[in-house]
Amino acid sequence: MHKCDLCDKSAVLHDLVLEGSQWKPVHLCEDHARAQGYPGSGEATGTGQPVAEIPRTGKRKRLAACETCGLTLALFRRKGLLGCAECYRAFEPHLEPLIGRAQGGATYHCGHVPLQKEAHIDRRMSRIRLLKELNDAVSSEQYERAARIRDDLQSLEQKIEVEKD
Amino acid sequence: MVRFNESGPWLGEEGPDSDVVVSSRVRLARNLDGIPFVNRASDADRNEVVGMVRRTPLFATDGGSLRWIEMSDLDECDRQQLVERHLVSKQFAESSAARGVGVSEDESLSVMVNEEDHLRIQTLWTGSALSRAHEKVSAINQELESHLDFAFNPRWGFLTACPTNVGCGVRFSVMLHLPALRITDELERVRRSAKDLNLAVRGFHGEGTESTGDFFQISNQITLGISEEDLLQAFAEDVVPRLVDYERSARQLLLGKKLCTLEDRVHRAHGILSNARMLEANEAINLLSRVRLGVSLGLLESTSIQEVHRLLLHVQPAHLSALKNVALENDESTRVARASLVRGVLAST
Repeated sequence: MHKCDLCDKSAVLHDLVLEGSQWKPVHLCEDHARAQGYPGSGEATGTGQPVAEIPRTGKRKRLAACETCGLTLALFRRKGLLGCAECYRAFEPHLEPLIGRAQGGATYHCGHVPLQKEAHIDRRMSRIRLLKELNDAVSSEQYERAARIRDDLQSLEQKIEVEKD
Repeated sequence: MVRFNESGPWLGEEGPDSDVVVSSRVRLARNLDGIPFVNRASDADRNEVVGMVRRTPLFATDGGSLRWIEMSDLDECDRQQLVERHLVSKQFAESSAARGVGVSEDESLSVMVNEEDHLRIQTLWTGSALSRAHEKVSAINQELESHLDFAFNPRWGFLTACPTNVGCGVRFSVMLHLPALRITDELERVRRSAKDLNLAVRGFHGEGTESTGDFFQISNQITLGISEEDLLQAFAEDVVPRLVDYERSARQLLLGKKLCTLEDRVHRAHGILSNARMLEANEAINLLSRVRLGVSLGLLESTSIQEVHRLLLHVQPAHLSALKNVALENDESTRVARASLVRGVLAST
């Protein structure tokens, strides 16, 4: 078992951080992980933590894998490279803090959208907006308005589904 | 054997701020939707990527702007020449997987296929010319986009094999010549400032290489949450001018306070290069760097920046091997050939 990089305790959190262009492994005990701002340090994986961790029982947790290309989280941690576009969905909870740290806190794209995706992206943004409006309408008990929004939403979702196929 | 121009565009004519900025590069990382990234791709996947890219009009035999170079057709010397000309990365040249590069006639544009990402589109320009390089890379990207479906998701932007390249997937970089900051011991301060600004500082041949001859590549690391245009503006209008000013101020300081030391450094380097009978590649690059400083400051008039740039390319192992028909290895005959090549240019000027 790895020791904490900052003290002699056993490490419970294992991460990869980008230093310059090199991925560097980080091993931290629970106290130092918390002190360095890792959320939910000491808990199991899949809860928004940046990496898979070895739980205190000493048994390895079953690591996530991408169903499309078969890349495991362990292999990603070792190589620092994802295997396909679907990996971004499969490993999203792990990637979110990792990318956030490497990108100065940013976790959303801003800027150019490829030509073929523009209509699709517009529909997805509309869907998010309609969901929010539906939520507002239900909260304020405007049920007729909510019903209209629900119909618009269903029609939009059908279009998105067709595009997916 | 591949036929190259005498020198690439990044070493050709003088560009804006070329006393400090050697070249400007813009690179886009793109992957094709529905095909595994290169590190998980089968040979068939990689060949499919090559086929799809080569079917775009950019590679059309009639009127296409890029010629295709299949890496497996090249010997080691040709592969290394592509690296020395900054047309492909070292990692790309060394791999044996199905891959190739499209290169424009003037070598200002190259498209690596099956590097870490399916496509690495880059433009390279002499001097400080990021806007010009960006215009060209955007036009090529637009053309490719109308024929290829790139992996993209609304949250992360363009999806790349390394998750830290997501977002707009663009890398702006400049190669700077910073000898005065080295002499005045201010390089460390520049490195720290660069790190604070989320910039990467790399050596002569990019990632994983050391600085030789006080040449440094500075590039952005942030690619997410900011558009290409905003990144370009920050990099080209703030970062680069600031670094150029630091170097110029250091040069003025040296001219004012240490003129004799500076002149000695420049002429001593010129003297060695004009007379040496054997030269190592790194030794030649370090000495040429001093000569370049002398030419930029008007302390040496017998040669020009372009001449120095040409030599900087030709003294490297693969170019020397091709020009002088010597081995790629660093043996005595190679060192003799290098010294003879440099003498032939500098001693006659």
